[in-house]
Order: sequence, then structure tokens, then C-alpha cells
Amino acid sequence: MADPKMINLTIEGRAVSVPAGTSILEAAKTAGVLIPHYCYHPGLPVAGVCRMCLVEVEKAPKLAPSCATAVADGQVVHVHSPKALEARKGVLEMLLINHPLDCPICDQAGECELQDYTYQEGRAEGRLREGKRFNPVEDFGGDVMYVANRCILCTRCVRFMDDVAQDAALNVSERGDRALIGKFEGKDLTHPWAGNVIDLCPVGALLSKDSLNKVRAWEVDRTASVCPGCSQGCNMIVETRDNLVVRLRPRANEEVNHFFMCDQGRLDYRWMNRQDRVEYPMVRRGDALAVTEWEGAVAEAAALLKGKRAFVLASPGLPNEALFLLSRLVKKTGGAGAFRVRQGDEAPLPGVNDLARRADLAPNGRGAELFGLARANAPLAGLQAGDVLVVADEELAGLDAPDVARAGAIVVIGTTLPAWARHAATVVLPITNVVEEEGTFTNLRGRVQRFRQARSGPGFSRPSWAVAADLLAALGESANYLLASEVFDALAAAHSEFAGMSYEALGLKGALVAGAGTGAVA
Amino acid sequence: MGYPHKPHDREMPVLSKYFGDAGAISLDGWKQRGGYAALRKALGMAPTEITAIVKESGLRGRGGAGFPTGVKWSFMKLDDGKPHYLCCNADESEPGTFKDREIMRWTPHALIEGCAIGAYAIGAETCYVYIRGEFTEPIARMEAALREAYAAGILGPNAMGSGKTVNVYVHRGAGAYICGEETALMNSIEGRRGNPRIKPPFPAVAGVFGMPTTINNVETLAAVPHILNNGADWYRKIGRADNPKSTGTKLFSVCGNVQRPGNYEVPLGFPFKDFLYDLCGGPLPGRRFKAIIPGGISVPIQTVDEAEASFMDYEGFVEHGTMLGSGGVIVIDDHQNLVKQIARAARFFAHESCAQCTQCREGTGWTTRILERIVAGDGTSEDLDTLLEIADNMTGKTICVLSDSCAVPVVTGIGKFRGDFEALIKTKATVMVPAVV
Amino acid sequence: MSADAPADAPHAAHGAPHTPVFVGQARAELDELGKRYPTKRALLLPALWMVQHARGWISEEAMAEVAEVLELTPAYVKGVVSFYTMYHQHPVGKHFIQVCTTSPCAVCGAEDVRDAFLRHTGCEALGVTSADGKYTVIEVECLGACGFATPVMINEDFLESVTPEKVPDILAGLK
Repeated sequence: MADPKMINLTIEGRAVSVPAGTSILEAAKTAGVLIPHYCYHPGLPVAGVCRMCLVEVEKAPKLAPSCATAVADGQVVHVHSPKALEARKGVLEMLLINHPLDCPICDQAGECELQDYTYQEGRAEGRLREGKRFNPVEDFGGDVMYVANRCILCTRCVRFMDDVAQDAALNVSERGDRALIGKFEGKDLTHPWAGNVIDLCPVGALLSKDSLNKVRAWEVDRTASVCPGCSQGCNMIVETRDNLVVRLRPRANEEVNHFFMCDQGRLDYRWMNRQDRVEYPMVRRGDALAVTEWEGAVAEAAALLKGKRAFVLASPGLPNEALFLLSRLVKKTGGAGAFRVRQGDEAPLPGVNDLARRADLAPNGRGAELFGLARANAPLAGLQAGDVLVVADEELAGLDAPDVARAGAIVVIGTTLPAWARHAATVVLPITNVVEEEGTFTNLRGRVQRFRQARSGPGFSRPSWAVAADLLAALGESANYLLASEVFDALAAAHSEFAGMSYEALGLKGALVAGAGTGAVA
Repeated sequence: MGYPHKPHDREMPVLSKYFGDAGAISLDGWKQRGGYAALRKALGMAPTEITAIVKESGLRGRGGAGFPTGVKWSFMKLDDGKPHYLCCNADESEPGTFKDREIMRWTPHALIEGCAIGAYAIGAETCYVYIRGEFTEPIARMEAALREAYAAGILGPNAMGSGKTVNVYVHRGAGAYICGEETALMNSIEGRRGNPRIKPPFPAVAGVFGMPTTINNVETLAAVPHILNNGADWYRKIGRADNPKSTGTKLFSVCGNVQRPGNYEVPLGFPFKDFLYDLCGGPLPGRRFKAIIPGGISVPIQTVDEAEASFMDYEGFVEHGTMLGSGGVIVIDDHQNLVKQIARAARFFAHESCAQCTQCREGTGWTTRILERIVAGDGTSEDLDTLLEIADNMTGKTICVLSDSCAVPVVTGIGKFRGDFEALIKTKATVMVPAVV
Repeated sequence: MSADAPADAPHAAHGAPHTPVFVGQARAELDELGKRYPTKRALLLPALWMVQHARGWISEEAMAEVAEVLELTPAYVKGVVSFYTMYHQHPVGKHFIQVCTTSPCAVCGAEDVRDAFLRHTGCEALGVTSADGKYTVIEVECLGACGFATPVMINEDFLESVTPEKVPDILAGLK
């Protein structure tokens, strides 16, 4: 296919060159100019109804809605001209006449586009002398609550449900200034992806019941991460306050999840704050586990492994870095490694190509396979009598007891200490969880994506890759890594699928492993 | 004035010739009056020939915008391989307008004939006649006439034995002024809320069901058979000799405070003063005209002086501060509280706003509330400035012109009759304001 | 669809169990109409008219039925129903009286006609059905018969040139 024709125009005095068919609004973004808007969203069909994005195009008789106006050669666009500013000021005033102006008690405050643009270019005072329209708050079901009085009828939520979720559960009801977003009695927003309407809502009209009255936008820290809920690897933002995860939200990545994440992933964050964590390395002393220093615990684990096969039962929720080092442990001891993946129901988002909550409820099964770990429903089948079983952030529940019994000793590398480990583990090495360390996952299509540390881990826990590295070093391997990026560099050097990758190169959007194809994997 | 009524000598009944003639309603009656000769002729012509004749006649859209009909038809690409559609706009909802209703009540076959010719000319096999839901009688008459036309083989897969397929169906609206806007009308046919669509794409590219579509008003289509029968020249010569841009006859609906309200068909370019005093009989006894809205409630209000100086065609009304619009003449006399009527007009638009665009959804309601407060005697002098600013914010900034239409009576009302507003605000009471004409 | 359907169809009570509309003859009629349109969705307005003719108003259950028949969601159907003012989302009086009071009629005294209907029907207010369930009076926006002020619609009957004086006779003539 030929390259699309490029169109040259001027926006706010800056020369812009974009492919034909681009909207003025998107073209302006490339010049670093954000045209204020509400109804437009790059993940939704254009509605052109909020009229906020009006700009002045020289020689055009009227202001143009920049979201719905395609660029044309030689266009001269003024975003901040008096005429355009006046129009937007008018829209803002209109949007506020029936708005309760209740920012102090609104969850959206601080991240509200109505608030932001009003401060930026709205009127200082409203002129309405009449009473305001009132509608009651409505529970839309799922995680969604509707505060009609704050609604600006941008219809992003309706369009998301219609065109992206393809389950038209929301509507615009009534007409004129009586209009509001409606749903059908008894038909709740139970679609597995419905929670996205909360993020899409530019104001405080659609709120998360889960985080209602809990989060103030300016109090949270935000960290780029990847959802560990399934093998899709939706990019997300972890929001923390006082070192606790309080909210997960999607982060845009055209290649993976566009602008969305599923409700299950979004709401499954409480475990990240678990308080019943293993905080200290422990070693067995008779019937009990005794707290010890890291050096002692690692040395003891290494001693157990000396001359033995290591059988690694790894979690597919561990990052590539840890799995790579654990695979080296397997190689070093001539052992074996396996993993299993918990299964769920696949829940696609029909409006986006190749986006679904996947049946594989773990983020890094693909990575585990790439490092030679065997995927199995009965992963301990290959455990030989006398092997040292290294359980890396994994459960033994559901595995056959006779299988486990073949292990000569058990080393637990984990975030928590399950009941079985209290009497079965010889050494316990505490690690941090996905939001407490940094690393990478490889999603089901082979995309390697970075996640960052969002909170600090408890007690003396250390990153999963650091513990695995220490263990290797204690066995005489060269594994002296100070940073996750160094482990990744080593991994990229050792495995051709990752050749040429680095944290820097992966950036925020990730990259495909060699030979991953273009998403042809079923 | 109800029918039958005797046309005034200065009228030129073409479309309205059989208004009040019950014999013209049936297919047989229509045929006896020369009906379907134009369709027969048309089906023997090439579609482009028909369009050329209509273009030549100078016929312009009678629904309000006045776009040349033949030019609109020529936008339809006949060889694009897509299904084409014709939509006949019979949503007649513009306050002051009630002409299409009479065409459908008295001469349903005239409209069917126009629809069939139009459909054939634009390469469409299907025409939907979108009739507003309140028009129960016109709907019944149209459906009865369609049954006759299908039974007689005039419509259907072999229209009049031509081998061409022409279907005409009635689609009933359900109470929404905005569905008279062409893209809202298409959405309504598709089973959606009657929300106007952003243009482009224009209907000729992607209209109803995403296919190339032409939308014409009832009166426009009803004029087409006459043009085919009598020739483009005949039509083009009707009108003011010095204004070739407005040709043919036009139905004007007259309502409000006049002696003889009703429908009148005159050549375009007719002097408005003669129309108001001679044809319509002038003001009611003992009263004087105060304000005239000549083209449905969406067009600017005229003072009596402006009205009396106007010629009744597209250009003639523009010269005197307003528009021909749909030809719905609303006459308001000195016994009316003009501010109250402007408030009532605003309430109409607030009721009918589809709720898409911010300025329209919120602005129509806000304007109404301010005006009603002024009428209730609680107005302030700042209110007029606020109203004008709101009106400015509502003008030229939305998907369709409903918002602009709401602003029009406010802006022209305050501009031309400011004294009425100020008097109300000053006296703080709803009082009758004497005429200042 | 057709306007000459029964003018005063039995009004199903609020909360009464819903019996399907689109069975037998009605279903066949809808399927026949379907030949006129390239999409099922386009049958929405005609289908809603059929419901209203059959039941007098359009209940939520009826919206759900229409949604199922036309492969739409009930929420979508409700959004459309609430857009068009002629569809009743609640039961109305046996005689549903709509008085046009838009400007052209207002200047001709339409508000007096409206008041006369309220007074003679015993309806407490606009939109409130009379105690005997016989009448509901509402103001309607422009009925498109401005030259014949004041036009009034009673169910599917369209009356022209109504004056306050004519109201008692009109009401007496209703069955």
C-alpha cells in the first residue's frame, strides 16, 4: 500500500504535516497543542456534540469542530484566537448552568476536565439566576454510579457501550435540557469491560463505587505498570496513596489494550496490599521456621541445592527477569522447571481487535515458556525423588501430595507463607510482588512490556529477580546484578527472542519478541 | 381558512388547484385531472434528462433552505452501484407552516407522482415519505393513495409498465420537530433518535442507511410533475421578471392575527404588502399589525415596515432582514405581548432540542427561563445583554440550526422591539404594551 | 403504522403483566413492513406505533419485547421511545387531548382553549389524568395547522379551529 498522502497546514503558527484524513484535533496534538474537548476520544467514534473543540480556520465562515474536521492543505488554524476562546467560554458557561458546582465533594475533582478547562478559560462567575435542574444519583450496576447532575451529555459512555463493548446498555434519554444518560431497569452495567465508562467520563458523572469517596486525585502517586490479571497484559497505571494501591486504571497502548482494561483487572488490587506477608528470610529449625539474615538463608538454600537437581515450580506471574534466572538455576543443577496457569473464561472486548480478558489468568506464561519452563496441568510430574523443590511464588494447593512428597527439600521463594510451607519448607526467601518491584512480562502475543515499582515491599523482602540472582551466585554462577535492567540485558544476550531489547528500547509500549509474528498465535 | 375556499384572483393555483376538491383525492379522480402523465413521460426519459429540466426550471427547495433542486439531484452518482434513496420530507413542523399537509390531504397522488419521478431521476428504487406523526389524516390519505397506486401498477417492480422499480412508502414520525432536519429525518427512518448528523458526509454521499440519498420537501416534489408537463420555460417565467433566482409558484401558509388565515399560492416575488392586506384581508378589526414572521418561526421577525417593503421570494425577504424559510407567515398584532410570544417560541425550541450540542441543549432552556422570568415581571436590565450573549453563543456553533433558530426571535425581537422588553422590565409586571409601529 | 388504526385502543394498566404484542397477525404485519427497509432497526418506529395502538402506551416490558424482536437492546429502545413525544411511557386517559399552544396558536387564544379543556374534563393539571381515567390534557408543540387555530388532537382525531366555546360539545361527542 502506498504511503498516505501527507497534508501540510499551520496550527497556532506551527507547521504541521499529517496524513490525509487526520482531524485538526489530532493534528494539533502532534504540534503539542491540546485543543480542549469533551466528547471526542480517540478510542470512540466521533460525535461532535460537545462543541468545545471549536477552532477558527482561516477563510471558513464558521468555527470548525476540530474533532470532526479533517485537515486540508494550507489550512491556517487558530486554537486560541479571541473568537475560538469566546466560543469555548460560552460552552463552558452552558455546561455549568445546570451543574451543581460541587467539586469539594466530587471524586473527579483534581482530574476533571470541566474543572480544568473552566479554570483555564471559563468565566469567573456564572450568570444563571434561575434554579438548576435536578436528577437523583443512580446505581448503574457493576462498579458504576451515575451522578446525573454533573453529566455534560458528551455520550462517551453511550458510544463505548454501543460501539466498543457492543452491548448498548446505556442510552441518552429524553430531549433538550431534560436529557440524561439512562439504562434499562433490570439491565445493569455488568459487561466485563463496562468499568471503562468511568475513565472515559471527562467529569464526575460516572464514578467507581469501589473507590467512591476514597481517592482524591491530588493525593495519589501514579506508576506505569502492566496488569497481572491475565495474559493480555493490558497497560495500566497503579495509583498509590501512603504506600497502598488504591486504584488501577488503564494506560493507553494501541498495540495491546487501546485505552481500556477489564473490570476484573481493574478491581483486583486488594491482594497487592496484603498485610500477611513474609517479611523475613526463614530457615527450618526443628519443627519451626526461624527468622534469619538474608546471607544465611541464601547460603542454606544453596547448600541444599549442592549436588542436587533443582526442580523449579514457578509462577507465571513472575517477571521475565526472575524466570530467566530460575531457568539458569534449572540448567546449573541439571534439573527441570514447570508452571501451570489458572484458567478463567475469556471475555473479549468486541470493538477492539485482539483484546480480551484471556483464559490464561497470569501475565507471563509466554515468558515462562520462552525460558524453557514446561507448561503443565500437573507440573510436578517430572519431580524426581530427592530433587530440591523450589516453589517460586506459587501455590501447592491442588497438586498431588505424593508428587510433593518426592521432594528432598523445599525452598520457598514467595510473597506469603502458605500453611503447608510452615511445616514443609526448609528455607523461605521473601520476595516483593508485582507492584513492589520492576520487571517485564511477555504477553500472549509475545509483547515484552515493562512495569515499574509503585510501592515499597514489606520488611526485608527483596525483588524476585534479586533473590534468584543471589541463589545463583551462591552456587558459583556469575549473577551479580544490581538492577533489574542488568538482568534484562543478560536475558536479552542469552535468549535470541529478546535480542536487541533493553529497558530503554522497550519504553512504555513494549516490543515484540523475535518471531512473535503479528498476533497470529491463537 | 378551511377548504373548500375560493382562491383569490391574484393567486396562481398550480399545486393548490384541487385543494378542497374531494374528487381529486382518488386515483381515478387524479387521472381525470391529468395525473400521472408526467410520471409516464418521465419513465420514458433518461434520469439525467429529468434532472436537467428541473435544473433549468429554477425550482428551489421549498422546505426552508432554498437549494436548487436539480443541482441537488445532480449530486447523486448514478453509476456507483449502490442503492439510492429519496426521502420526502413531510415532517412539516415549522410553526406557522401547514401547506404540505394540504397537499397530502387533497392531492396525495400529486405527491406520489412527484416522489416517483424524483426517485427515478436520482436512481433510487425506494422513496420514504416521512410524515410527522400528528398528521393522522394526511397519513391515512397517503396510505390509501399508495394502495391505489400499487394496485394499479403505477408503483412497484414494473412501474407503469416501464420495467423500472419505484417504491414509495410512508414512514410515520412520532413527535419531534427536529426530524424535519434532513439528517435527523434519516436517523429517524433508521430507527434512531432524531439527532442531526455532522456534515460531511453529505446525504448525497452517505445518507439514509449509509447510502446516497436525496431529501426533498413535499411542495418541491409536488411541483416536479407540473414542470415536466408544462416545461422548464413555463416554470422559469413565473416570478419577478427582475429576479431570475426565484422561479415558480409558492404556497404560503398564513396564520395569527389576520382576517383570512389559510394557504395561498402566489408566484414568487409577489408583493408582501398586497399579500397581507389584499389576499389575507389585513388586520382584525380595530387592530394593527405589529410584527411579521414570514417564513416559519425560525426566521427573523420583521417590523411591519420591513414586511410591507418585501417581495415574497428568496432574495426579496433577505433584502428586508429575514428569509423566505418554509413560507409560514405568522402575523402578530398590537394586542399581543410580543415578549411573551418570543418566550413561547423559545420554549418551543427548548422542548424540541435533540440534546446533542451543548449550546442548544442548555441555551434553549436557559433562554426560555430568562424570558419567562421577564414576562413574569422579574426581569432586570442586564437580562437583555445576557440574552443577546447567550444567543450569540448559540449561533453558528452547532451541528444543525435549531440552536440558531431559537436565537433568532430573541435577537431580532430585542433588536427591533427593545422597547417592549424594557417596558416589561421597568413596570415589573405582565402588561399589554401599546404598539410602537 | 397506519393512522386509521383503532382510535381508542384498550389501555393496558400500569404494572399489569405484559402479553406479547408481536404474535400472529401483528408479527406477520411487522415482517411485511420489514420488506420496506434494509435493516431491522428501521422497524423500530413502526413497531412502537403498533405497540401503542395495541396497548395504549409503551411499557418497559413492551420495550423489552420490541428490543428482542428487532435484535436491539432494551436500553436502546428506551432511548428512542423517550425521544419521540407521541409515544406514551405511561398510561394516559381514554381520551388523550393535545392542545397546540405554540406561538401561532398562542396569539389566537390557544391558552384559553387549553384552560377550557382542563376545566371541562376535571383534569387537575396538564398531564394529570382525570380521576375517572377518561381524560388527559396536555399542551403540544405546533400541530402544523396554524391557520386553523386552535388545532386539537384527541387520540388520532385532528380537530381544527377549536374555540373555548366549542369544548363542551366536543367532549360530549367523545365516546
